[in-house]
Amino acid sequence: MATHSLTRNARLDALAVSIREHFADQGCELIEAPGELTLVVPAERLLDVALTLRDHQDFRFEQLIDLCGVDYAAYGQSEWETDEASFTGFGRGVDRDLDVESEDPERFAVAVHLLSVAFNRRLRLRVYAGGDRPMVDSLIPVWAAANWFEREAFDLYGILFKGHPDLRRILTDYGFVGHPFRKDFPLIGQVEMRYDPEQARVVYEPVSIEPRVLVPRVIRSDSRYVGTGVDKETGDA
Amino acid sequence: MPEIRNYTLNFGPQHPSAHGVLRLVLEMDGEVIERADPHIGLLHRATEKLAEYKPYNQSIGYMDRLDYVSMMCNEHGYVRAIEKLLDVPVPERAQYIRTLFDEITRILNHLMWLAAHALDIGAMSMFLYCFREREDLMDCYEAVSGARMHATYYRPGGVHRDLPDRMPQYAGKSKWHSARAIAKRNAARGGSLLDFIEDFTDRFPGHVDEYETLLTDNRIWKQRTVDIGVVSPERALQLGFTGPMLRGSGVEWDLRKKQPYAAYDKVDFDIPVGVNGDSYDRYLVRIEEMRQSNRIIRQCVDWLRANPGPVSIDDHKVVPPKRATVKSDMEALIHHFKLFSEGYCPPPGEVYAAVEAPKGEFGCYIISDGANKPYRLKVRAPGFPHLAALDEMSRGHMLADVVAIIGTLDIVFGEIDR
Repeated sequence: MATHSLTRNARLDALAVSIREHFADQGCELIEAPGELTLVVPAERLLDVALTLRDHQDFRFEQLIDLCGVDYAAYGQSEWETDEASFTGFGRGVDRDLDVESEDPERFAVAVHLLSVAFNRRLRLRVYAGGDRPMVDSLIPVWAAANWFEREAFDLYGILFKGHPDLRRILTDYGFVGHPFRKDFPLIGQVEMRYDPEQARVVYEPVSIEPRVLVPRVIRSDSRYVGTGVDKETGDA
Repeated sequence: MPEIRNYTLNFGPQHPSAHGVLRLVLEMDGEVIERADPHIGLLHRATEKLAEYKPYNQSIGYMDRLDYVSMMCNEHGYVRAIEKLLDVPVPERAQYIRTLFDEITRILNHLMWLAAHALDIGAMSMFLYCFREREDLMDCYEAVSGARMHATYYRPGGVHRDLPDRMPQYAGKSKWHSARAIAKRNAARGGSLLDFIEDFTDRFPGHVDEYETLLTDNRIWKQRTVDIGVVSPERALQLGFTGPMLRGSGVEWDLRKKQPYAAYDKVDFDIPVGVNGDSYDRYLVRIEEMRQSNRIIRQCVDWLRANPGPVSIDDHKVVPPKRATVKSDMEALIHHFKLFSEGYCPPPGEVYAAVEAPKGEFGCYIISDGANKPYRLKVRAPGFPHLAALDEMSRGHMLADVVAIIGTLDIVFGEIDR
């Protein structure tokens, strides 16, 4: 059989084979990494694929462990280009403005982590939700656990879930404006609040904190750590 | 005939049995719950967003503050994800130390749960007994990391330092305690940390017996927990339950056995499983887990005594070099500077690593784009789906049972709101 396994895990390799059998012709893409399997599913096929993964005897993913939104808008951008580092130290060379492309159809994604208790293996689904008005189908009919996770993804990223019965904000304050985990939402936020003794109530004002970067975000592609570990079978599935 | 309307009751956000800041909007028909709508997020600190703006190692301390009664287990989930991303090994001694402290944490968490759960239902004395034992375990935390709660002890590639040879003692003179009382408190602290832990494991099963004497066959306890919040195994899987909530419903699933990490494949322990899926079964499962944790701790102590060795890897791209070498060795100085000024850049990719935290599966999903900070960190908190199921579990129960169900869920808002 295969001499070199990308997942380093026999259970996941078996899963990869059956996924290829079932979803090869449906526009899905399977990504293998050590101890990780990711299936990229087209948004319109999500519910079908999810139902098959839950009910088919080859998969039996009874549990949705996690669902979260991801904003890929600033993926691979660094604040400090280190190639020319000796000419531009961090203080001058740092570029704090992220270049956010909001129309990119692959900007927002939903990552779903599934667990099969019967076969003891995991699978990650990734669905691209679009950039301008991100929307995917709700997974509640397949896994009830998706309910609050989808509310969270909506709250933090503004991803809409078609068919969700109660898509309210969940983590942010009552009356909060914006989706705070988007890459174009500043870390320090937009407003701050304080108690105003004159008006005798809590008032919101534009935030007064100066944003600062202590450690610049640097991308180094020399990948010094790859292969330093022992090449053993990973216990994770 | 007058129109009969349901009564809407606001519960919390400041209520002693809400276990933190939970606001519950209860729709009630008389005293029967028709709908429970938990409003969460009052403790939301955007931990995941903060982590995106910090080098990997600087976020370990945030993990302690998620589920603030099972601190080291959270750290374990996070550092495991980083280790998987970097593909670095962990020395065996560090694996055993992590196993040891994961189990100490499990007992800490279950004691806190038992104390609060029993107090909510009216068994006041449990709270005092449980906190007595928690104190000793907090001292173990303090001895090893310097902090009683937020330890930041686990690091990618091992743990921060080896176990101390001396257990800290109480000062010999005090205005408040007599010399005899101080000598009694210091009795178990004469030797190393491992001696202290061993002494604890000798005492602890007796203490668990005491808790059981007070509760297990107690008529009031049973009236308040038996048949309250019943969840079938199928429903438990659907609702994303993990940990004791899943095992209480009779599903035999424990990551320590099924997907072993650290040294769990080398120690001997059993997994308790419930039958009826009610609050009482979950209580029994957690009590038995404390006994099993005690067993694991005992085995780890024996192994750690017999096997000295390194507690973190020697790769100074990930683990800082020793302070002494930084002062004499140029290479070590460079490593030290790079590590603290920039951190390390893992290869691009995405990982999910989970541990069996006391409350269930605690997982970290990290997306890396090759930078020294995570591109996205998602913390999968076990309490989140558990609380989401509160509505379903409490429907048809009485108002007082909601408190019992919140108790059995073992909720901590640090991890739910993140």
